[in-house]
Amino acid sequence: MTTTLPAYDEVVARYEPVIGLETHVELGTNTKMFCGCPTDFGGEPNTRVCPVCLGLPGSLPVANKAAIEATIRIGLALNCSIAQWCRFARKNYFYPDMPKDFQISQYDEPLCSEGYLDVEVGGELVRIGIERVHLEEDTGKTLHVGGATGRIHGATESLVDYNRAGIALVEIVTKPVPGTGALAPEVARAYVTELRDVLRSLGVSDVRMEEGSLRCDVNTSLNLPGEEWGTRTETKNVNSLRSVERAVRSEMLRQASVLDAGGRIIQETRHFQEDTGETRPGRSKETATDYRYFPEPDLVPLAPDTAWVAELKAALPELPRLHRRRLQEQWGLSDLDMQSVLNAGAVELIEQTVAAGATPAAARKWWLGELSRRANETGVELADIGATPAQVAELQVLVDAGKLNDKLARTVLEGVVAGEGSPTEIMTNRGLEVVSDTGALTAAVDEAIAANPDIADKIRSGKVAAAGALVGAVMKTTRGQADAKTVRELVLERLGAQG
Amino acid sequence: MSDLTRMTATEIAGLVAGGETSAVEVTRAHLDRIAAVDDRVHAFLHVDSEGALAAAREVDDRRAAGEELGPLAGVPVAVKDVLTTKGVPTTVGSRILEGWRPPYDSTIVQRLRAAGTVMLGKTNMDEFAMGSSTEYSAYGPSHNPWDLARIPGGSGGGSAAALAAYEAPLAIGSDTGGSIRQPGAVTGTVGAKPTYGGTSRYGLVAFSSSLDTPGPCARTVLDAALLHQVIGGHDPRDSTSIPQPVPDVVAAARLGATGDLTGVRLGIVSELVGEGAEPGVMAAFRESVDALAKLGAEIVEVSCPNFRYALPAYYLIAPSECSSNLARFDGVRFGLRVGDDGNRSLEEVMSLTREAGFGPEVKRRIMLGTYALSSGYYEAYYGQAQKVRTLITRDFTAAFDRVDALISPTTPFVAFPIGSRTSDPYQMYLADLYTIPTNLYGGPGISVPCGLSEGLPVGLQIMAPTMADDRMYRVAAALESAVGTFTPPAL
Repeated sequence: MTTTLPAYDEVVARYEPVIGLETHVELGTNTKMFCGCPTDFGGEPNTRVCPVCLGLPGSLPVANKAAIEATIRIGLALNCSIAQWCRFARKNYFYPDMPKDFQISQYDEPLCSEGYLDVEVGGELVRIGIERVHLEEDTGKTLHVGGATGRIHGATESLVDYNRAGIALVEIVTKPVPGTGALAPEVARAYVTELRDVLRSLGVSDVRMEEGSLRCDVNTSLNLPGEEWGTRTETKNVNSLRSVERAVRSEMLRQASVLDAGGRIIQETRHFQEDTGETRPGRSKETATDYRYFPEPDLVPLAPDTAWVAELKAALPELPRLHRRRLQEQWGLSDLDMQSVLNAGAVELIEQTVAAGATPAAARKWWLGELSRRANETGVELADIGATPAQVAELQVLVDAGKLNDKLARTVLEGVVAGEGSPTEIMTNRGLEVVSDTGALTAAVDEAIAANPDIADKIRSGKVAAAGALVGAVMKTTRGQADAKTVRELVLERLGAQG
Repeated sequence: MSDLTRMTATEIAGLVAGGETSAVEVTRAHLDRIAAVDDRVHAFLHVDSEGALAAAREVDDRRAAGEELGPLAGVPVAVKDVLTTKGVPTTVGSRILEGWRPPYDSTIVQRLRAAGTVMLGKTNMDEFAMGSSTEYSAYGPSHNPWDLARIPGGSGGGSAAALAAYEAPLAIGSDTGGSIRQPGAVTGTVGAKPTYGGTSRYGLVAFSSSLDTPGPCARTVLDAALLHQVIGGHDPRDSTSIPQPVPDVVAAARLGATGDLTGVRLGIVSELVGEGAEPGVMAAFRESVDALAKLGAEIVEVSCPNFRYALPAYYLIAPSECSSNLARFDGVRFGLRVGDDGNRSLEEVMSLTREAGFGPEVKRRIMLGTYALSSGYYEAYYGQAQKVRTLITRDFTAAFDRVDALISPTTPFVAFPIGSRTSDPYQMYLADLYTIPTNLYGGPGISVPCGLSEGLPVGLQIMAPTMADDRMYRVAAALESAVGTFTPPAL
């Protein structure tokens, strides 16, 4: 598309967007969905496989109870009703990364359905309807080599790795979300963010978008006010929270430009391009796919016990949104302050630092100050900076005990981030402890006085403000390891002046 | 020592346990017999002489070490080529799996090994167990030892022929629509389809998952019961396996052998007698019914009106499941691959592989099933067939409120000449007319020889409620005690 895109403000003034999201979550179960193979990320290709996940003739699936439990918990956290009886279904299509040439999934009988998730956008709550949450198995990964594009077209060889085949996958599908107007991209992002936090709080997945354990397809359509919803497109390859927002926005702009030119939107799958921020059409399907779904005869129906479901419901953790509200109150933060904590991705870090003994103010100071600055500089997530909440809490203990001043603490923190050990170890090893031996300090003060007789005279004559110069000199000779306040008191005392 | 190959499994096990013969000797006798006759019978697709002798030696060593042996230790067994055998070729009678050596044993085979039985090899079958004569085997038909110009039944004709030709005293089959019982009937041997879920399907190459049931084949009812006891029971690797112990089929067979059926009420299924059956088959059946009555059984007639829809329902459900189960044979991971010359697309290679690898009957059923599951047709075909299945199940449960077991001829006709029905699939499908209802219901059924018609064996079928497999063994053993066993002419 070479036409220039219309301005976003104009688009949302003319059209109303409807969005919808399909999210796939790889569950963090120890074993695969239908066999006992391990699920950890990585590993040599085709080493985490067995007759079942390779679909060898004669093999049979056995459903993983931990995965069913995790799916029910997700459904409950998303306010869904849990089916009292449902079945797996086979989705039939030929593809080499599908060992059986069918995927065990769920079709018209999902385990969880009809729920919702409330998300906060600009201080307002938006309720996103959840259509269904169902359980299925992941496919393997195909690598096309020899071609220019990495796609199957033009490749000379295709290699398949089945390590991922059969990993338990949960699909969460929203209902269409109309009425969000200009906020549609932000709502999409807020939903995926909130969903990720919910999944993390449940402990069911490591929800890493970059490793593919959380994958998102974004549906977008535009319609004129008062008219029927438009034709939607499905955008795949959306691999970060930021991309979710960008993908919706870019698809809104593209569709508007097509519609403005009198064109028609084709129902198709598009791929988000991380570099340009645009979507491109996927390979068009020549024929409509008929998956010939039918109930999986190798598995018995799922009939979760009502009492068990009630138990799982009672044991659900607090929703992240409510949890954050509670923390905000406990920490005494304004909405604006809380927002900056959220933006920095520091909620859990601060929470854990407080749990490790620091005050909320101190914890927030370190995570949002020095550590956020370093994370920004090095381009890593705050959680991956290399300092743990326990270490930050320990650092603060040293500061509170007067063993470190602010400047020394920053130096120690640098060492922590560099992996040199615990704050106490670094302080000791690098000899960074505040000099609290008054004998040694007095000597240093006397030395400074002797070296600066003019300044000493001024102070003696009452110009107390000049003391700063002598304090600076003492700090220099002690390499910053003295407590500035103590030094100042000593200077004034030795010169007989009043502070 | 008299001819070991003419003995029952029970007799062989007794001799081995008592040290009167060795498992190796027994195995050699059967391997010799196979070498002597199998070029004419073609019961086996693969004979594993080395593996068999090694297993036999192990049994002898264990016995020498004073270990207690199971009731079938040292007894040779022939295994239908539908079950995976670690390192031993498993073809399912198809070109598409030619040369495939599975990396794992099916549960049934594991249990056979654990019980100290000696696996002689893999037996011939209609490709993917689809057929009633073994004529659809990609490796050529097996021949009925009663008349080598005739079929031994199918799909498990190889297992049945091996028994009737005295190449093995025991065999394993699998029954989706009658593939154990019908070959049993036409070869004068015993074939039992256990309750669905009573024997594990793990390692059974699937034809129709909701119907496939592995089971025992033997020359006597007691031998079949002993084998059933060894292979049956819950398997956590098969979700549809029933978590209950096997009904005591051995005790039931011994009880039946006393020849007393007093208090047992048997129902002749009106819909499974008369229509389509050969007169000779009906005559043998009627005589056997009289024999059962003389043993004390009360005989009544029972109507199961929905049985008339069993065949059409079966030919929607089984092909539907098969169309999905057989998708994995695409040339990517195992078995045959055709056309991978570097210039063809993946889809082309898949198509060429399936085109070359599957035979005509398999293709016919894949197409039938693909159509029946298609969007827009699903409800009218697959959905409707499932409703019929429910009605048939209701017929069974209603019947079992009135009687202990149901009886019928096993198949409408005796062994037909090779080549006489292959041009008309429907004529072939009729061979399973009487056996299919049981598969749709999921209960057990057994075929036991009951007489001869024009010198060829006729089988009587006994059907029991789910997990009442013992009941059918009792009746079968009683009938056997009255009518005896049938010996084919010498080969």
